[in-house]
Amino acid sequence: MSKVQNNKAWWLVLPVFLLVAFSAIIPMMTVVNYSVQDIFDQSSRYFVGADWFRQVLQDPRLHDSLLRQFIYSFCVLLIEIPLGIGIALTMPTKGRWSSLCLIVMTIPLLIPWNVVGTIWQIFGRGDIGLLGYALNNFFHINYNYAANASDAWVTVLVIDVWHWTSLVALLCYSGLRAIPDVYYQAARIDRASNWAVFRHIQLPKMKSVLLIAVMLRFMDSFMIYTEPFVLTGGGPGNSTTFLSQTLTTMALGQFDLGPAAAFSLVYFLIILLVSWVFYTAMTHGEKN
Amino acid sequence: MAEIRLQQLAHSYSASPSGPEDYAIREMTHIWEQGGAYALLGPSGCGKSTLLNIISGLLSPSEGRVMFDSTVVNDLSPEQRNIAQVFQFPVVYDTMTVFDNLAFPLRNQGMAEAKVQAKVQEIADVLDLQPLLKKKAKNLTADEKQKVSMGRGLVRDDVSAILFDEPLTVIDPHLKWKLRRKLKQIHEQFNITMVYVTHDQLEASTFADKIAVMYGGQIVQFGTPRELFEKPHHTFVGYFIGSPGMNLIEVKPEAGGVGFGGIHLPLPEALQQRLAATQWSTLKVGIRPEFVHVWDGPFDDAMCADVTYVEDLGTYKILTLNLAGQSLKVRLQEDKPVPQGQAWISFPAQWLMLYADEFLLEAAANQVPASEVPHE
Amino acid sequence: MSKREKLPLKKMQLRKVVPLWIYLLFLLVPIYWLVNMSFKTNTEILGGLTLFPQDFTVANYRVIFTDESWYSGYINSLYYVCLNTVISLSVALPAAYAFSRYRFLGDKHLFFWLLTNRMAPPAVFLLPFFQLYSSIGLFDTHIAVALAHCLFNVPLAVWILEGFMSGVPKEIDETAYIDGYSFPKFFGKIFIPLIGSGIGVTAFFCFMFSWVELLLARTLTSVNAKPIAAVMTRTVSASGIDWGVLAAAGVLTILPGMLVIWFVRNHVVKGFALGRV
Repeated sequence: MSKVQNNKAWWLVLPVFLLVAFSAIIPMMTVVNYSVQDIFDQSSRYFVGADWFRQVLQDPRLHDSLLRQFIYSFCVLLIEIPLGIGIALTMPTKGRWSSLCLIVMTIPLLIPWNVVGTIWQIFGRGDIGLLGYALNNFFHINYNYAANASDAWVTVLVIDVWHWTSLVALLCYSGLRAIPDVYYQAARIDRASNWAVFRHIQLPKMKSVLLIAVMLRFMDSFMIYTEPFVLTGGGPGNSTTFLSQTLTTMALGQFDLGPAAAFSLVYFLIILLVSWVFYTAMTHGEKN
Repeated sequence: MAEIRLQQLAHSYSASPSGPEDYAIREMTHIWEQGGAYALLGPSGCGKSTLLNIISGLLSPSEGRVMFDSTVVNDLSPEQRNIAQVFQFPVVYDTMTVFDNLAFPLRNQGMAEAKVQAKVQEIADVLDLQPLLKKKAKNLTADEKQKVSMGRGLVRDDVSAILFDEPLTVIDPHLKWKLRRKLKQIHEQFNITMVYVTHDQLEASTFADKIAVMYGGQIVQFGTPRELFEKPHHTFVGYFIGSPGMNLIEVKPEAGGVGFGGIHLPLPEALQQRLAATQWSTLKVGIRPEFVHVWDGPFDDAMCADVTYVEDLGTYKILTLNLAGQSLKVRLQEDKPVPQGQAWISFPAQWLMLYADEFLLEAAANQVPASEVPHE
Repeated sequence: MSKREKLPLKKMQLRKVVPLWIYLLFLLVPIYWLVNMSFKTNTEILGGLTLFPQDFTVANYRVIFTDESWYSGYINSLYYVCLNTVISLSVALPAAYAFSRYRFLGDKHLFFWLLTNRMAPPAVFLLPFFQLYSSIGLFDTHIAVALAHCLFNVPLAVWILEGFMSGVPKEIDETAYIDGYSFPKFFGKIFIPLIGSGIGVTAFFCFMFSWVELLLARTLTSVNAKPIAAVMTRTVSASGIDWGVLAAAGVLTILPGMLVIWFVRNHVVKGFALGRV
């Protein structure tokens, strides 16, 4: 659609701008302020320049956290995106069943995040949880998310898949619904295989929603905090201590405001950069 | 290449149809001969597209058989039927180039790449798509896209028939004409059976050798454009074809013919006998505006009608007359004098059609081939 | 279109349906387990594994409904969530209209900036948020949480609504102006009804993200506006965890979401069907 040049449209956008700016810019400025000062209390603070940035960029604890975070987000995308596409392809397209599917799939998205943690905290326990009990007694796998680091890590991953795959699936489903029937008919006439239909019709039409899905899942999984915190408090050891939690501990627990603020800015830039890379990579093909 | 035969075919979208009104296609038997160029003409909602989808196999008919030559293909999927279909809105694979689009059906059947190259080049030549071959299909204009859609059907040399479902709907008028001529050329060049669905009589008559007119889920007449014009087998054909359509007047039988509002229309002896032997509930006479004879003045048996309106359309005029309470359209050539106030007209016997329950009644025993008799 | 009922196709159908059912089961079983536990006594929970309550009890729910600190948590949560949905929608509607119809100075940058706000890790911004809202005297009020949630809900609402609005032909606007409608009258009487599904879907997403968010909500409240999700931590006491009440509280936090999805299901289905979410 051709849009009209009209700077008066700013008046329509102004409320949004003010509202978001209020909640975004002031706290952001505060964080920037912290990141360049050393704060002891209200009255004594010193300007330290880029010291905090230098310090956090060399801190091995944060490096580990960052690495764990990247591996985790990568696994999340690797599982949830293909699974979500697969689910969307198998969902019925009309009638009662499709409504039912949609409603059931939305349920996990509507549960407060700490309750998601609670559900799995209960579900995975060896004594009172179905999953933990079944794994220990029927499959004879020694599963204990509270004691075994890899169990905890896998559990957090499974929680994320449980919680968020539906979002990917619903987005893909909406992309698929936008494809007119006639495309499938033409493909049948052209004797396209199922794979060819997927590759040349479904995937191209899902591209824009997939972009949204990948970005949302990357951002949210990169900022994961609540679920592992409720499940194990970041343990055992440091196995499920992701970036957000490391930073929260630094800022609120140890009151190392300066380094925490400095690193959170770095963190923000990383998310921005990766999102931008995803965005340009996925929209690049369209221009040619 | 094949002859397409529909036998006692009927289709209903409801699982348990209770009456004729539940059927999108009422029972019909019809043959499309190999190599013909046919049009399927009818108003929207008459079942044209349903019939087309049944032939291509996208729909499975609820009753009857679809045969290609002597094989029943009811249970064959579209991909097994070797049918190409071009849809109302162009379907192209956005991410592929024009070349890959055209090559797609060939590659799907595993054709060797060298042969694919040759075939695609040939079709691109025919459709003037050569300069676009390297372009991404999504950047094409609507008519270019539609040409690509057609090309995907034409590129296959194994197709039994190509079906067109109102393919020129989205095309600009001046390009419509070009594309239609292109299709005609292609038909002559490749000798493939083509069925062309449309609601535009002009499109149908310029493209097709024979036109099937569909109405209410059945084919009411199948014939050349001339036959449809001169001898409509159904009042709908008379009304739908021609501009303006046929004049239809409800009449009652009288001695020696039929009549309405004090006007007597004599009928040939043989037709009178036929009428007497036929059961009917409504009786109409029909005459095309082109065939109503207008006399210069009072004359013998000519009937006197009031002129209510004259519409000048350049090369001809359309008169609206009132004849004994019935409105009548008459087409008058420009060289003829326009009658003032009153007109003296007569209906030449060979152009006066008699319809019993909307179907044409003819003097001799029904000469319509069996394949065209609509079954109620 | 009627599908051809043939054997290979039926097999295909089966191959499609079974994984879907497994997935739906995977979604529902943990929730079932929570519901199951909420109707058990603590003795039964700790006594051994039972697939359904042997000793059915609603005592856990009674605890919640009779204790004011429990149920006020619900009211607080619902209050700020609804407030947030209303604020988000009312500011996002005109903005989305502007983005879908006009080009203006800095429009692209503004849109991108709005979206980047979703990318700020909230964990780190908690303290500045706390300071900001304390300094303007809004700490521990519902409006504080509602405003804070606008940070991520408003950009989302603008984004979704813009998609729906772009689907409405511009000619409709022009016709209305020619017919003498003023902008507010056109917007309220003609445009809003046209994008009903879009508003339904947007409201659903705003509700959802505000309802599930805990970190900001907990940080900005202490007593008066404390959300239910934060109240839940009370079940951990010196004598261990009261599993039954915890499960019951968990079930109750799922219910409002289910109610909302039930009410807007047709809009959401339609919104998804339009391929515009």
